[in-house]
Amino acid sequence: MADNLRDNIPTFDDHAAGGDVNNWSALSQAPMVKSGREAAIIVGIFVAIIALVQFWLEASGTKSYVFPKPTEIGSALWNNFDLFWPHLLSTLRVLFTGYFIGAAVGLVLAATITQQPFIEKIITPYILLLVTTPMIALVPLLSSKLGYDTCAPRIIVVALASGPMVMINAATGFRRTDLGKIALARSYGASTLQIFTKIRFPLALPMIIVGLLVGAIFGLLTAVGAEMVGSSEGLGNRLVYYSSRVQMANFFAIIVILAVVGILDYIFFYWIGRKWASWEA
Amino acid sequence: MLRDFSTLWVAGMRADNASSGFISRSGEAPLITVDHASKFYKTGSGAVHALDNLTLDIQAGEFVCILGPSGCGKSTLLWAMSGLHGLTSGEIRLGGSLMTGPHPDIGMIFQDANLLPWKNLWQNILLPFEIKRIDPKPYIPRIRELLDEVGLTGFESKMPRELSGGMQQRASIVRCLSYDPKVILMDEPFGALDAFTRDEMNLLIQKIWMETGKTIVFVTHNVTEAIFLANRVIVLSARPGRIADIFPIDLARPRTIDETFEPAFIEKVLAIKRTIEHRPASATGAG
Repeated sequence: MADNLRDNIPTFDDHAAGGDVNNWSALSQAPMVKSGREAAIIVGIFVAIIALVQFWLEASGTKSYVFPKPTEIGSALWNNFDLFWPHLLSTLRVLFTGYFIGAAVGLVLAATITQQPFIEKIITPYILLLVTTPMIALVPLLSSKLGYDTCAPRIIVVALASGPMVMINAATGFRRTDLGKIALARSYGASTLQIFTKIRFPLALPMIIVGLLVGAIFGLLTAVGAEMVGSSEGLGNRLVYYSSRVQMANFFAIIVILAVVGILDYIFFYWIGRKWASWEA
Repeated sequence: MLRDFSTLWVAGMRADNASSGFISRSGEAPLITVDHASKFYKTGSGAVHALDNLTLDIQAGEFVCILGPSGCGKSTLLWAMSGLHGLTSGEIRLGGSLMTGPHPDIGMIFQDANLLPWKNLWQNILLPFEIKRIDPKPYIPRIRELLDEVGLTGFESKMPRELSGGMQQRASIVRCLSYDPKVILMDEPFGALDAFTRDEMNLLIQKIWMETGKTIVFVTHNVTEAIFLANRVIVLSARPGRIADIFPIDLARPRTIDETFEPAFIEKVLAIKRTIEHRPASATGAG
């Protein structure tokens, strides 16, 4: 059991044993991990939880098609990864394309509306509508117009779901104007563009990064949801497929992959935040 | 610690003065003229009359303190001199030419040090060059000397949040001096600092002024500070700001903090306080 577990679950054991946990990834800079000992305890508890679930499922005799054991999920992940891989790529492609479009439009809109309050009044209701309406609902409609064999509907809904999240947070950042610093820049003869690039944008950057993070998570959720509703590929589609065939080990393996994508997403923006916005605690 | 780099600065200034076509010493044309300046602000509750028909001349190389109660329009006057704010009527001239906006010969120091928190101290000091798109290279030896002068050598790579309030304000002074402006406008720069740090900063500013011969206009509501620093204290009345009185301060330089407790100094403090509070000299004892 233990061998199987170690092969399939990305543990931090190696690093904890080496004692040098401070250099291996962005996570080690997280304030919660202060020493090798702390990391060892955190990892230990994680492993213990998995082991406990394994033991409990075996002891209670729970059937695999109800709830597969961690080892079964692990081996499904290991053995069937080549089956999952094209779907992971499909999901990532939709996510990146939609997110890139949504985030770019969101950032430009945020920078614009904070300079032009009247435009903000005009577009705010629509943004609220986009934020509060589940974009997945649009997928069948878009598919009937654009076709079922294209990923365009999914890209559109990912953009519509992530864009407003980026916009709202970035707009909050751009509204944080520090008049003293703007006056300072003006006293050096700064142009409006320079005030934006040298003062307003860096000041807004921490909030922009938060917006990009939230937008990316929303984009991932929406991409998976859209694949569940109307697509013949992608991780969302696989969730529906495996659950309909009661292949629960594969089903949970997909969920593990999605969790890893989400966590990597978080780590990426955490790292970006550390790098570019560490001046703000 | 005490370095004489005045020759460096003065040489620079002379060249600048010659090239921009005016050399002002006392007795000649003033460097800054404020002519019948009036300013109204629009606020939510109506217009505020901040400055009323104020006329003032400042000579090159002078250290002028503008003193007055809170909200008397002294900052408004300074911001108008900096070109950051316009006037409702009247005009301000620098070396004879009309101020229409921020001017490269003017450096401004604010109450808040306004260091950009995402830049370290050195990058902050180079911000003027970054915005003005000037190569800082020829200025760097001078900036290093200034950093040494204010005791910030070795802190170049520190982020602003790692510096005390006094260190931040000293950095902002270096940033202002870095590009060698002729005129330095200071808007209550030490108002947020504790009394000890403030004394230290006042000594520093006096030293910098004596060494560089810059024209400094310094806004404060602290009477002692104004007398300690200035050649001339200009007292403004409560809003709308008008000149209530002008006090020449003829104390020898360099002045020391101890002197601020001597009778001659305290007499000046009282005279200025009476002007601000509209009390005749005889009423002092009555309180």
